[in-house]
Amino acid sequence: MARKLLLEHINVPQINTLAVYREKGGYRAVEKAIKNMSPEDVVEEVKKSGLRGRGGAGFPTGMKWSFLAKPEGVPRYLVCNADESEPGTFKDRYLMTHIPHALIEGMIVSSYALGAKTSYIYVRGEMMPQIRILERAIEEAKAAGFLGKNILGSGYDLELYVQPGGGAYICGEETALLESLEGKRGNPRIKPPFPAIAGLYNCPTVVNNVESIAAVVPILNIGAEEYAKIGIERSTGTKLISASGNINKPGVYEIELGVPVEEFIYSDEYCGGIANGKRLKAVVAGGSSVPILPANLILKTAKGDNRLMTYESLADGGFATGTMLGSGGFVVFDEDQCIVRNTWNFTRFYHHESCGQCSPCREGTGWMEKVLHRLEHGHGNLSDMDLLVDVSKKIEGNTICPLGDAAAWPVASAIRHFRDEFEWHVTHGEESQTGNYGLAHYADPLEPVI
Amino acid sequence: MLSVKKNEPVEFQEDLISKFDELVKRYPEGRQKSALLPMLHLVQAQFGWLSVTAMDKVASYLKIEPIEVYEVATFYTMFFLQPRGKYVLEVCRTGPCCLVGAERIMKHIENRLGVKENEVTPDGLFSWRGIECVAACGMGPVLQIGPEYTYHEHLTEEGVDQLVESLRNKG
Ligand SMILES: Cc1cc2nc3c(=O)[nH]c(=O)nc-3n(C[C@H](O)[C@H](O)[C@H](O)COP(=O)(O)O)c2cc1C
Repeated sequence: MARKLLLEHINVPQINTLAVYREKGGYRAVEKAIKNMSPEDVVEEVKKSGLRGRGGAGFPTGMKWSFLAKPEGVPRYLVCNADESEPGTFKDRYLMTHIPHALIEGMIVSSYALGAKTSYIYVRGEMMPQIRILERAIEEAKAAGFLGKNILGSGYDLELYVQPGGGAYICGEETALLESLEGKRGNPRIKPPFPAIAGLYNCPTVVNNVESIAAVVPILNIGAEEYAKIGIERSTGTKLISASGNINKPGVYEIELGVPVEEFIYSDEYCGGIANGKRLKAVVAGGSSVPILPANLILKTAKGDNRLMTYESLADGGFATGTMLGSGGFVVFDEDQCIVRNTWNFTRFYHHESCGQCSPCREGTGWMEKVLHRLEHGHGNLSDMDLLVDVSKKIEGNTICPLGDAAAWPVASAIRHFRDEFEWHVTHGEESQTGNYGLAHYADPLEPVI
Repeated sequence: MLSVKKNEPVEFQEDLISKFDELVKRYPEGRQKSALLPMLHLVQAQFGWLSVTAMDKVASYLKIEPIEVYEVATFYTMFFLQPRGKYVLEVCRTGPCCLVGAERIMKHIENRLGVKENEVTPDGLFSWRGIECVAACGMGPVLQIGPEYTYHEHLTEEGVDQLVESLRNKG
């Protein structure tokens, strides 16, 4: 069995309460940090652990923390990104629902490390039940002396608040999130300045994903060295993977980074194989924004090595033949799924969620949606695929925030790997309305096509 | 779109105002505008939607311009700018949920309620709409119902029928 650091006690009854959480060793990291370590020690420990941001970009957390500006007399903030809006991702919801104190404890330790005296957890508004759960956990922690004034007699004060969003994917982008937290529309800011210099209320701010913050707790408990032993190369520790789509066991799994993709899909410890005895067609491995890969390329790299669940292995081959670990939103497509329809669906999502500030994204996502709509509905042209690639290239890299890239990559990768299926929608317009292109040459290499 | 026609008089009672008072304390001096989103959620939970009158009252409480409230309310999809049914069934329509049948469920809800997306049933009880990913992909198809945002997972046609029936009985 793989080692569990975040979800070890997920099945313990009432682990959502402070009492049971403490029985299982909870709040030891707060005691250790506040009583025995300086804030700098905590930052150093997180650096040594090799922890990389779990929100999608994979930026080293300890390094991000060390960039935080510390001008005299100016407050600093820690803001937790619990917007969880990347399609395919639902791990933060799971963690907050079942072990809310893991996040609260992580927030206390991380705030201490950064010298933040007020911290916010920005939770997407649709997660009202989770907001209530977190608020209850904060009350419990406060009553036990882990929050508020003079925590554990150390002289360190911390107030922690939960802030609801209003339903907008873009508010997962850290500067849009800060705008939203200031009571404004979620329009991303131009960087620089980065939040570490001028973030919330123009003060130095760190924004971290729920899972990154929760991971700080086991890092302090077992020690950075022990944590860094788990995983491979620069992919250290464990990672929560949200598995969905056509698999036998959808759900959230904590993996040791480095598990082979094949094992993750087919073993009973994780996804349990493709549902209904079907065959694997494609996978979106890291949330809707990352390139989609056909079965043959997700299981093995272009060089023929087994593909592993690590930042490096999933990216092997670049965008030509690889993808990204992203947020760990692992969406599995069986042989009956239509890639054209899904690409249209994802593109509609990005068009809907574009904040509208930058014209390449606002207009480009709309054009791509229109062209994909006509392809999906059997009215496309053979030149549409080049048109889509052209539009996607004009969005990519030309916007204030990476939502533009996130909209461009799924389209470009779908056409790169599944061009013949798009062409079939043009040449077999009517048939494509009732029939399905099927697997073709992307066949699950574990079971050769007859 | 802001609804300027259907404008009912709106009264903010003391308990709502005291909740506002609690909210603004979470932010530093002079940053009370940060309370805007949580306040709009409270107002919508009470009145079912955000009328211009209600938004104007929020603006005057926060001492900001009404346009600062409108521009926020129109940006975020959770806020209703028109009256809706008492129960708004919001079905996730993004990729992963569609892989497991969300489109079929939406069609079924439309037939079952007999109204199109965003319309209200004649008894005023129901509306429905498709919404974008709500981070519940492994439990799909899913729908949520505000203002508490209770979740209904692994939806089937029969499950939807039972849900509609039980809400109708509740009234
Ligand atoms: C369009 C867009 C949406 C994003 N959504 C999320 C999100 O829902 N949750 C998240 O943690 N990070 C999200 N991010 C990444 C954040 O901008 C930021 O990198 C992250 O919160 C940093 O935390 P980490 O270093 O702990 O990963 C998003 C980025 C973009 C461009």
